[in-house]
Amino acid sequence: MKNKFSLFIVIIFFSFCFVVFYKGLNNSNTYAPKIKDKKNIPTFQAKDFNSSIYLNSEKIFKEETFYIVNIWASWCTPCRIEHPLLMILSKNQSVKLIGLNYRDNLNNAKNFINELGNPYSQILIDNDGALSVEFGAYGVPETFIIDKDKKIIKKFAGPINQKIFEEIKLIIK
Amino acid sequence: MKILKIFIILFLFIGCSQLKSDEKSDELKNKILKNIRCLICQGQSVYDSESEFASSIKLIVGIKINEGLKEEQIYVFLREKYGDWVIYDPQLNKNTYILWLLPLLLFLLGGAIIRNKLKFTN
Repeated sequence: MKNKFSLFIVIIFFSFCFVVFYKGLNNSNTYAPKIKDKKNIPTFQAKDFNSSIYLNSEKIFKEETFYIVNIWASWCTPCRIEHPLLMILSKNQSVKLIGLNYRDNLNNAKNFINELGNPYSQILIDNDGALSVEFGAYGVPETFIIDKDKKIIKKFAGPINQKIFEEIKLIIK
Repeated sequence: MKILKIFIILFLFIGCSQLKSDEKSDELKNKILKNIRCLICQGQSVYDSESEFASSIKLIVGIKINEGLKEEQIYVFLREKYGDWVIYDPQLNKNTYILWLLPLLLFLLGGAIIRNKLKFTN
């Protein structure tokens, strides 16, 4: 009786381990921070891409509309891939696109915009990456959706694809 | 001449104390950076990593130390931005209860099994 009980315990233990490890096989081994609650946008000062004037975040996000903050760089290949979708989004009247030029050479960034078009209503310069950290970003490209209450409601790490594009359109509808 | 000597001694003393405080803040910075996980090259600390993300975090941590933030306040700032996972030393909260308590439970269970075995053999 005791042996049967021990065998039962051992089987249960190994089954448990098997299920845990099997489930773990399907999980991604890279961690991406998720936004659980709505977060306030950080308060910051940043240099404007075109005028080189320093702007306050209150001035940048002053309108009562949806904002999309897109972190990009001319050296980032996935940024080129998502750019046509950003160009389409920029035509939407219910959203404003803010670009955050991440650790880039200004001339290269200007060439990038001249070549592919400018989807942004404003571009800010983030030379040292400190501004991206304030947003909670850890790479390029990354996209943040900010609602009318000036809260970050969604974050997309990596390039915007068709699926994400449709999701964004639903959010800003 | 005497005044000059006093000035030189004072100058050296101030220089030394400045060096010591720089050393202290560098030590604190390195300690914090070693406890932050690099989210780009996972498995490496920000201290060891040369990624763009790591260099931004190194800069931010330096700024926060200069602003007078304490070690725990810097961790709180980073946790708020990137979640608990970004810190190598996890806090005890509802998400980490199992992590902290499971080894203790296993230890107690193992102890109980050994105790029963010993009782049985005696």
